[in-house]
Amino acid sequence: MISLEESHIPVVDPASADGAFSLLWLIIALPLAGAAILLIGGALFPKPLKVWGHVLGTLLPIGSFVISLVLFLQLLGRDEEDRQVVQHLYDFIQVGDLTVGMDLLYDPLTSLFLLLITGVGSLIHVYSIGYMEHDERRPRFFGYLNLFVAAMLLLVMSENYLGLFIGWEGVGLASYLLIGFWQHKHSAAAAAKKAFVINRVGDMGLSTAIMLAFVTFGSTSFTVISAGAGHADHDVMTAFGLLLLLGACGKSAQVPLQAWLLDAMEGPTPVSALIHAATMVTAGVYLVVRSNFIFELTDTARTVVVIVATVTLLWGAVIGCAKDDIKKALAGSTMSQIGYMMLGAGLGVAGYAFAIFHLLTHGFFKANMFLGAGSVMHGMNDDVDMRHYGALRKAMPVTFLTFAMGYLAIIGFPGFSGFWSKDKIIEVALTENWVVGVCALLGAGVTGFYMTRLMLMTFFTSERWEKDVHPHESPKVMTVPLVVLAALSVLGGVLLAGDWIVDWLAPVVGHEAHHEPPIPALAVTGLAVLVVAAGVATAFLLVGKREVPREAPQDVSFATKAARADLYGDAFNDGVVVEPSKRLTAGLVTFDRSVVDGVFSGGATLVAGLGILLRRGQNGFVRSYAASILAGVLLVVLALLAVNLA
Amino acid sequence: MTEYVVLSAILFTIGAVGVLVRRNAIVVFMCVELMLNACNLALVTFAKQHGNLDGQVAAFFVMVVAAAEVVVGLAIIMTIFRTRRSASVDDASLLKY
Amino acid sequence: MIAFWVLAPLMVIAALGILFVRKPVHAALLLAVVMVSLAVLYLALEAPFLFVVQIIVYTGAILMLFLFVMMMVGVDASDSLVETIRGQRLLAAVGGLALGLVLVIGVAQMALGTAVGLEDANKDGNIQGLANIIFSRYVFAFEVTSALLITAAMGAMVLAHRERLTPKPTQASIAADKVKAYAERGAHLGPLPPPGVFARHNAVDTPALLPDGTPAEVSVSRTLAARGVVRQPPRDVEEHVEQQLEQGGER
Repeated sequence: MISLEESHIPVVDPASADGAFSLLWLIIALPLAGAAILLIGGALFPKPLKVWGHVLGTLLPIGSFVISLVLFLQLLGRDEEDRQVVQHLYDFIQVGDLTVGMDLLYDPLTSLFLLLITGVGSLIHVYSIGYMEHDERRPRFFGYLNLFVAAMLLLVMSENYLGLFIGWEGVGLASYLLIGFWQHKHSAAAAAKKAFVINRVGDMGLSTAIMLAFVTFGSTSFTVISAGAGHADHDVMTAFGLLLLLGACGKSAQVPLQAWLLDAMEGPTPVSALIHAATMVTAGVYLVVRSNFIFELTDTARTVVVIVATVTLLWGAVIGCAKDDIKKALAGSTMSQIGYMMLGAGLGVAGYAFAIFHLLTHGFFKANMFLGAGSVMHGMNDDVDMRHYGALRKAMPVTFLTFAMGYLAIIGFPGFSGFWSKDKIIEVALTENWVVGVCALLGAGVTGFYMTRLMLMTFFTSERWEKDVHPHESPKVMTVPLVVLAALSVLGGVLLAGDWIVDWLAPVVGHEAHHEPPIPALAVTGLAVLVVAAGVATAFLLVGKREVPREAPQDVSFATKAARADLYGDAFNDGVVVEPSKRLTAGLVTFDRSVVDGVFSGGATLVAGLGILLRRGQNGFVRSYAASILAGVLLVVLALLAVNLA
Repeated sequence: MTEYVVLSAILFTIGAVGVLVRRNAIVVFMCVELMLNACNLALVTFAKQHGNLDGQVAAFFVMVVAAAEVVVGLAIIMTIFRTRRSASVDDASLLKY
Repeated sequence: MIAFWVLAPLMVIAALGILFVRKPVHAALLLAVVMVSLAVLYLALEAPFLFVVQIIVYTGAILMLFLFVMMMVGVDASDSLVETIRGQRLLAAVGGLALGLVLVIGVAQMALGTAVGLEDANKDGNIQGLANIIFSRYVFAFEVTSALLITAAMGAMVLAHRERLTPKPTQASIAADKVKAYAERGAHLGPLPPPGVFARHNAVDTPALLPDGTPAEVSVSRTLAARGVVRQPPRDVEEHVEQQLEQGGER
């Protein structure tokens, strides 16, 4: 049983799953089966799969969504104290003192994530049927998508860090496979590798944290750790928190491990929508929120989280301002919005719920905008350069309207979902530390700027289309998901009605008394709206009023150049990590060749040379042999004398 | 008594050097006999030293065996000489690298 | 003691001589000197039996064997002074010097104490004492040594035996060959003339005279002729007497 005293760290104490909850495993099993059939069957029976493979691949996540919905309604009906269930599948590891079970945990936090993943995921699956229609490897694509969904579900449903890590690695794998889906493109392959390698750095943090958990608590289970966290050494907890943060930075593209996210846009657009906007990149936030029983015990780790998040939200926003590639601009925006979520998570009990809230609304409107971008690209012959767009609102009305809904949500237009979620985070930030709050406000303003710029360059301003481009609306299979997601972007704010989401998540993250921000809450909201309006106005002036050049101008300010170069993130990585590693490798290769091989071949040469030298002693003359016998006699006599006289 | 043993040592050494230096097979053999004689001297000296005749018996046996050895050795040298027409030890040098 | 101090330097010099003389016959003679001196030393060491055996067996038999073989191999063969193996002389000198020094110094360190002497052992006589030991304690070694001697003799016979490859010529076939040679080449049928048959001297180095008074080269050994030691046969008595007087003889 859990207690809900003020600021008391909630303990994970689940009851065993029964009734409807015994279907928990099925949620993961359905997409996993889909992945198996589509991927393995792709080799065994490719022809039938080409016909109905994508349908199967879409129906299975929809099945998972239905089950998730049923379970969510079940959980709603239960009392507040009974909202944690665990289903033990089997004993995964049993070695010495370490016992790790394959356990699935279902509590309020998990329920929200399941709905997001399966719901938005299913919509994107439907969209992909149309988007990937002309790709002959479509069954494989759906196989990878299903694999991703299964891994992500395992990540959020696991009851211990090790199961979470399996899901973590699984989504990393799926991300690699999907970014590099168009294998023939060298840039796609390179981007996939880059994403994987940078993620690996973060994974080091997470795996070290798991080892630390085992050493400190003897287990990796949330139940055990949350119960014992209060008694553990403070420095150990700080280390734990920092290591978890490192893992989260890798997966969620936070500074310093952010360089892979923009390159990941090489993958097909549904991938960018599902993985790099709605779900995978939010896994880091999930990790921090789930580990709240750790972070609540260390102010140091939380402070570092806040700093990282603040830097990232500004970093991503600045990058997004100078990108002409529509997907890269949206990716910069994603980086920035995840920064907001991390900020919420780093602010402690007051912010966890709002971080998750923003995570959900971001899932809606970012997926919406990515799918909209995909629709635009579909109509513009897969061109991504916004300088070749312009005045598309007449040519693609549905896309335009749905995209506009997402746009209004992200800039925080009053009433839309993003308004509610981002505003709450800024409020909590201001309460905690005014510097952080001001940065969050600033970020909101810059967000307004670059999103407006994107909208203007794509749907307004003058036509700058290439020859032979005839923009047309996308088929229904693509526009229906757009409409659904647009509706969610508009209406998603309902989750905050009456602080519902805060109360819903209280059993997981704790409950804090409401602290008043330094300026009244309404004033904060007004200030935020003003800052955003300023950003939008700046965009109108700089982009809307002027002619947008078809070629990117070269003589621009230093700030623009820096933003185009991702704020020199890649250059930094190259200089600090890649070049020294290359030198080290070259050095090691030389060492291996000259020293290690040299020892052996040198040893062989030495022995051979010694042999040639000693061979001269065999000259065949009896008298030489007699001379050596004499020498031997001398030695024996000396030895005898030495023994006798000593 | 020590002087006898010293003399024996000196004769032995001279015999050994002779084996190394001389090239005629027969002369080499004679140096080997010199070494054997030196050993005999030592044996007889110690017989007197210890006061029993075992040393002399040993010297006697050495002489007998030396005789047998000389017989066979010279026969070999003669056979080699018949085939190769040379009595130099340096000519039998096929066991080389 | 006197015997020792007289003979020891002699032996050492003789032994060194074996190292340095050029002709192997000289080496054999120097070895004989060493062996005889050793025999005398045995006598001084109260080993009369060995004194005799050394002279009879070693010097008398073994050394003579050496000399016989040298005769067969070639008395003239002598070693050249040039050393063919590089560094051998240096090695031998250094090694020998080192060994000698080590042995002598090692031996000199021995504290032997007074010699017990062989009066007790020899009280029934040296030969009786030796016989007592040989035929009781060392009888097995004795038997084995006799087997060794038999084996050695057989081995020498086998090694030195020359297998006849052609059938032994009978007297009839030798005579037939001689007649054939006379028929083909005109070779002389009879035996060679002995030296000095028709002269007044029958020394080996004086040739016989042919009926016309010239010396017959075939009557002296070719070796002597090659050496140039063949004497001139005298023409008549007066010349002979002149020769004798010139050589300082008396009438």
